[in-house]
Amino acid sequence: MEQPSSHLKIRRSDDFSLVEFADRKILEELSIQEIEEELTRLVEGQMGLKLVLNFKNVDHLSSAALSMLLKLNRRLEEQNGQLKLSDINRQIFEVFKITRLNRIFQIHDTVEDAIAGFGRV
Amino acid sequence: MTVPPEFGIRESDLTEMVVPSNLRSAKEPERRIVRAMVRNGYDPETTFGLKLALEEAMTNAVKHGNCNDPSKSVVVRYYVDPRRVVVMVRDEGCGFCPENVPDPTAEENLERPNGRGIMLMHSYTTRVCYNRTGNEVWMLKEKSPPPQPTR
Repeated sequence: MEQPSSHLKIRRSDDFSLVEFADRKILEELSIQEIEEELTRLVEGQMGLKLVLNFKNVDHLSSAALSMLLKLNRRLEEQNGQLKLSDINRQIFEVFKITRLNRIFQIHDTVEDAIAGFGRV
Repeated sequence: MTVPPEFGIRESDLTEMVVPSNLRSAKEPERRIVRAMVRNGYDPETTFGLKLALEEAMTNAVKHGNCNDPSKSVVVRYYVDPRRVVVMVRDEGCGFCPENVPDPTAEENLERPNGRGIMLMHSYTTRVCYNRTGNEVWMLKEKSPPPQPTR
């Protein structure tokens, strides 16, 4: 079921939740706090939640966005959940590489790969 | 601090903007500089890098330098020609020592949520300089040379 949200498109199924960013520049500093609040509400109390963040609409990223993703990842780990990122374009992936955060996050080429990856863990 | 000599421009080349210290106003210099880069033929990759570095500098100025105080201002000076982009960002804060910022790519710091902005500024520009106080940063972005034809 898709739920309305100002910054995120959220699709929940029995096995996982899929989140898409609604705007191409959504990860700019101005919106980060609101996105973080929305994601926090989504994962709050959801033990074992499997979450895919789809970056297909995202063409800009800042250190504030990386910080938000790290906090989300830690929170999910504390709740025995998993976070996977997918569909990251080449420029954005370069930011993950430069910061070496490609070693921390599980990054997949497509949403399908990410979802399939849950079964392998 | 005046423009670093190695940046290859004169003081009189620079355009100055003073913007209120909030993240929304901080977007205006970015828009102007990106427009000037497009006019000067920079490719999207170079523009992406400069935009990222500038956003990090503006965020540092508003949040850390001016401590989110809306009564303060941020000064931006910039210059764009087909070979280089020069940007200066100055806040009203008491500055910091860039050498004391821990390396965010060190194994022990990888999962720390903060401290990547300065590192990204260095990664996406050709050169970064601070004044002695640490409340003014100068960034130089040179256009990458075109790929050499293969024989």
